[in-house]
Amino acid sequence: MQASDRFNINSQLEHLQAKYVGTGHADLNRFEWAVNIQRDSYASYTGHYPLLAFFSVAENESIGRERYNFMQKMLLPCGLPPEREDDS
Amino acid sequence: MDIDREIAATQEERRRKEEELASLTTLTFDRDLYGGTDKNEYVTSIPANDEDDANVDGMDSEFARKLASYTAPKSLLKEVPRGDEDDNSLGFRQPAKIIDREDDYRRRRLNRIISPERHDAFAAGEKTPDASVRTYADVMREQALAREKEETLRAIAKKKKEEEEAAKAEKEAGGAAAAAAPKRRNRWDQSQDDGASAAKKAKATSDWDLPDATPGIGRWDATPTPGRVADATPSVGRRNRWDETPTPGRVADSDATPAGGVTPGATPAGVTWDATPKGLVTPTPKRQRSRWDETPATMGSATPMAGATPAAAFTPGVTPVGGIDLATPTPSAIQLQQAGYMTPEQRNLLRWEKDIEERNRPLTDEELDAMFPEEGYKILEPPASYVPIRTPARKLLATPTPLATPLYSIPEENRGQQFDVPKEMPGGLPYMKPEDYQLFKKLLDDVNEEELSPDEQKERKIMKLLLKVKNGTPPQRKTALRQLTDKAREFGAGPLFNQILPLLMQPTLEDQERHLLVKVIDRVLYKLDELVRPYVHKILVVIEPLLIDEDYYARVEGREIISNLSKAAGLATMIAAMRPDIDNIDEYVRNTTARAFSVVASALGIPALLPFLKAVCQSKKSWQARHTGIKIVQQIAILIGCAVLPHLRSLVEIIEHGLNDENQKVRTITALSLAALAEAAAPYGIESFDSVLKPLWKGIRSHRGKVLAAFLKAIGFIIPLMDAIYASYYTKEVMFILIREFQSPDEEMKKIVLKVVKQCVSTEGVEADYIRNDILPEFFRNFWVRRMALDRRNYKQLVETTVEIANKVGVADIVGRIVEDLKDESEPYRRMVMETIEKVVTNLGASDIDARLEELLIDGILYAFQEQTSDDANVMLNGFGAVVNALGQRVKPYLPQICGTIKWRLNNKSAKVRQQAADLISRIAVVMKQCHEEQLMGHLGVVLYEYLGEEYPEVLGSILGALKAIVNVIGMTKMTPPIKDLLPRLTPILKNRHEKVQENCIDLVGRIADRGAEFVPAREWMRICFELLEMLKAHKKGIRRATVNTFGYIAKAIGPQDVLATLLNNLKVQERQNRVCTTVAIAIVAETCSPFTVLPALMNEYRVPELNVQNGVLKSLSFLFEYIGEMGKDYIYAVTPLLEDALMDRDLVHRQTAASAVKHMALGVAGLGCEDALVHLLNYVWPNIFETSPHVINAVMEAIEGMRVALGAAIVMNYCLQGLFHPARKVREVYWKIYNSLYIGSQDALVAAYPILDDEHNNVYSRPELMMFI
Repeated sequence: MQASDRFNINSQLEHLQAKYVGTGHADLNRFEWAVNIQRDSYASYTGHYPLLAFFSVAENESIGRERYNFMQKMLLPCGLPPEREDDS
Repeated sequence: MDIDREIAATQEERRRKEEELASLTTLTFDRDLYGGTDKNEYVTSIPANDEDDANVDGMDSEFARKLASYTAPKSLLKEVPRGDEDDNSLGFRQPAKIIDREDDYRRRRLNRIISPERHDAFAAGEKTPDASVRTYADVMREQALAREKEETLRAIAKKKKEEEEAAKAEKEAGGAAAAAAPKRRNRWDQSQDDGASAAKKAKATSDWDLPDATPGIGRWDATPTPGRVADATPSVGRRNRWDETPTPGRVADSDATPAGGVTPGATPAGVTWDATPKGLVTPTPKRQRSRWDETPATMGSATPMAGATPAAAFTPGVTPVGGIDLATPTPSAIQLQQAGYMTPEQRNLLRWEKDIEERNRPLTDEELDAMFPEEGYKILEPPASYVPIRTPARKLLATPTPLATPLYSIPEENRGQQFDVPKEMPGGLPYMKPEDYQLFKKLLDDVNEEELSPDEQKERKIMKLLLKVKNGTPPQRKTALRQLTDKAREFGAGPLFNQILPLLMQPTLEDQERHLLVKVIDRVLYKLDELVRPYVHKILVVIEPLLIDEDYYARVEGREIISNLSKAAGLATMIAAMRPDIDNIDEYVRNTTARAFSVVASALGIPALLPFLKAVCQSKKSWQARHTGIKIVQQIAILIGCAVLPHLRSLVEIIEHGLNDENQKVRTITALSLAALAEAAAPYGIESFDSVLKPLWKGIRSHRGKVLAAFLKAIGFIIPLMDAIYASYYTKEVMFILIREFQSPDEEMKKIVLKVVKQCVSTEGVEADYIRNDILPEFFRNFWVRRMALDRRNYKQLVETTVEIANKVGVADIVGRIVEDLKDESEPYRRMVMETIEKVVTNLGASDIDARLEELLIDGILYAFQEQTSDDANVMLNGFGAVVNALGQRVKPYLPQICGTIKWRLNNKSAKVRQQAADLISRIAVVMKQCHEEQLMGHLGVVLYEYLGEEYPEVLGSILGALKAIVNVIGMTKMTPPIKDLLPRLTPILKNRHEKVQENCIDLVGRIADRGAEFVPAREWMRICFELLEMLKAHKKGIRRATVNTFGYIAKAIGPQDVLATLLNNLKVQERQNRVCTTVAIAIVAETCSPFTVLPALMNEYRVPELNVQNGVLKSLSFLFEYIGEMGKDYIYAVTPLLEDALMDRDLVHRQTAASAVKHMALGVAGLGCEDALVHLLNYVWPNIFETSPHVINAVMEAIEGMRVALGAAIVMNYCLQGLFHPARKVREVYWKIYNSLYIGSQDALVAAYPILDDEHNNVYSRPELMMFI
């Protein structure tokens, strides 16, 4: 970032963006982004009741169970993070 | 005669030539517009005022004659473009020294001492503190000593005075002795001069009798001396200030003592070198004496070098003894170097002193020979023991010579130094002001930094950075500030504060500099955190004065620093640092400390501070401690407002005993604190005050004067918190005291009584009858007197209180009582009556006023209105307007009389009177309409019309405003004079540059264009359009807005083509603001006349190969689409090719403006099925995402946001995906930024649009749920 735009609106914008969980940055790797995607998705599923109803019919589970499952999956949606490669 | 004729002929010729020229340069439709009529019939300009006439130069008048052509006005073209820096400084005031606007009380901050750092108990842990460090105990002991000293001094002074008295009384023996009663000192901590001067003979004691506000010696070494680290092991014995006179060791490295600036105007330290304190009760006379004796000797031998003379350089101007050295008429480096350190005042003093020294120098032998007769006496040899030094101290301090021999030596001359030219600063350092020399002088020396010790290097580094922060350009300042912050811990707290704090104590400091330095402290504090502990008191000494600065922002800044400081240092350290100041002998110190404590309380929470406060408020040791403790509570209440509520009870409990304190000051402050608490808690928390009700109400019976005033104040704030019944009871209790005090001659008491009455009366439980019967008679008798109108604050308070009473007892009672006074002979009093009536009537209406009172009222008001001589605040006018409006139709019978007055006054010689008359018309126009006095209004309209030639702009503005008011109420058709006559008369007035005239004129014209455009021929409207272009330059936003709107109305009335042509031509002008307003006007025309009438011409204009025009067109498009909103869907396909072109232009501004047009377009047509065009445009916008110019990138990002709304997040996401994991970081950064704003904007919508990721090893990236279907 140049010195000139350190104080303009863009920097504030980026600051604002950084406050939200789930926003990304240039160094985000595949795993981190995927985790965000997964969590967003599950949050969206549980947030939209019709969607939840749809899944429960498809999976033949109760809606409550579905919601519970989704919430559980949000904990570690993609499993454990992969080992860091040395160079990164 | 001949000459006259010749002149006339020349003028005629020139006129002809100019006409020819004008016909060449102006546009052709000028002829069309003015048609066959003679252009000269129109008044081309109206003199704004007399001064303007004088200012008009040939160029302007020529310009005025040819105004119809619309290039940029010459006056603007003439304007020299300014650099950015200039603009920056425009917004700020001239740099002002803080000290210049401070009063004596605030200047006492300079008397405070930046105390040496203190022991940090936290860092030291269990260790016993080193004897050399100042611990809390030391400080407390010093404080006690100072108090003791103070008390002793007072005792001495008192005793002396008593003796004096006794002597006098004996001498004069008569009754006359009584007349010479001593002036009582009302402030125990004020200077003791009177006592001292009474005891003239005791001159030897002068040091003691000095006002304690000037701690001459103490200041010296309290100043942190960076170079002194080497002798950081001073003798164990130094505890109190007196002992801290420069010790030999320190003087030796005096080069490192930049203490000069800290004692500029201070009392000489050297005065008492030879004056051993005798015959005085001194705490430690013996030790002190040895010190005194020791010092001068050391100094003499220890100052062998030029530039190293400490004593003389430190207090140059003021030390009456240092003069000799400075009088040496050699161009020695010392002298001039020293001169560089001095402030102008000092230099002046020095000059004066030099003169005195010159006259009082010892006589030479020659002089003596000349004086004495040649015989009759004998010249003796001086005895062998004679030493030709008159006063040892003086000689020693005087010319610095090696080995203390009083011989002259030629000082080393430094030829490299330029004295009156500020030295070029090495290494890109900013310019150094003369005041800065004393603190930054080291930077002037050329030294090899490599050779310096690490500490010195560090010191130099800090100094450089600070100088950059203080005097540097903004970029320099920024980098320096960042470096200071980043390296704060590396530099260490000591070296940093030792340099920053003296800077802040400099008497020549300016607001801006202080702001910057305070900012440095703030940043540094944050970094240093717990390391600042030993320096807390030091910092407080310089920051506390900010808390009582008159500048609001300085106060805020001070609070912020102290709050950060307390968070960094912790409560214990803060208390330890400030505790000794709580019962400091100086009221100033206690006051600022109380304020600082309140900030600490708000930063660390009141509960944390409560136990301490409790202890302080109950201090048995001194009333000052109790006073300060209670004051802290008051300051807390003032500072944090309603947030005291949770702690209200405990705070009240802490201070309640103060109401019965033995000291009067403590009682007063307690009552004031209760008032502050009640005010902060209002309207809650009465239960917390239960315990103080009784002492308060009892107190008002027993106290008098100041204490009573404070008690009443507290009661005034507590009563409104009470329930209705209690309030009524307590009000009655306090009322008889209040009524008694109605007669008090004390102004302060009057104000408080009025305020309390107001508070009591406005409380719910107090009934109207009670007020009417018990309060009103006395109230009016005592307060409604002429004298009250003379003091501004009394006046305001009385009006407020009366209005509050009126709210309770009704209009008729109050107005009935004072209406007669409208005819009083004192004008200020009449004005006060009028203001009260105005407020009462506005609040409560006039329905209570009966016919008789109404008559009296109108009569009185007319009298007061006519008799006024000056009315700057428009009180009479407002009062008249308010009463007439409140009476409504009931004024009808009086209207002819009122209008007669107005008409008469419109013809008055005084401009002010005419203006007021016109203003009055605009106030009462609505009522006149209600009374069906349309004929009268028509008549007034004609009268006003006749006065349109008014030459005073203020009056002209008011006349226009009055016309506007009349037009508004009677409508365009019934208006007399008819609109078709009125408007042509207004056209030339539009040229008037006066703001008020412009505003009223444009409003009136706009009104006519809106409602009655058809009464005026189109040609006249076109003429007005040209005039309006000029008004787009107006400074006032309201005028520009009204102008732009008027364009809209005119375009509606006569069709957009001609107006648009005018406006499009105006896009060619240079001035940016003018173009911006033009584009807005175009957009408004488009809005009022539908876009299709405007777009073709507008798009056609884009073909003009000129940057400004094209940008103007784009900007108009942007505004246009913003205004027309979803109407835009019909035009989006039409303008797409144009935008395509603009988005591919090389010019940044083209792309920027086009992008913002695209944004508005996208937002307008969201959901209206224009996605195809929008995607097409997005393809053109997208490549601009890598722009770096802030405006462009902003516009582009906003366009993309607009697209997100119009197209949906998924489509933009698809654009985004290509770059999120691009190998180039620069690319990734931009794409992630877009992704983030997308994500924040519509996170949920993205769920469906995320790419399908495949699982890896043991990580699940796929989202199987999305594959499900039934």
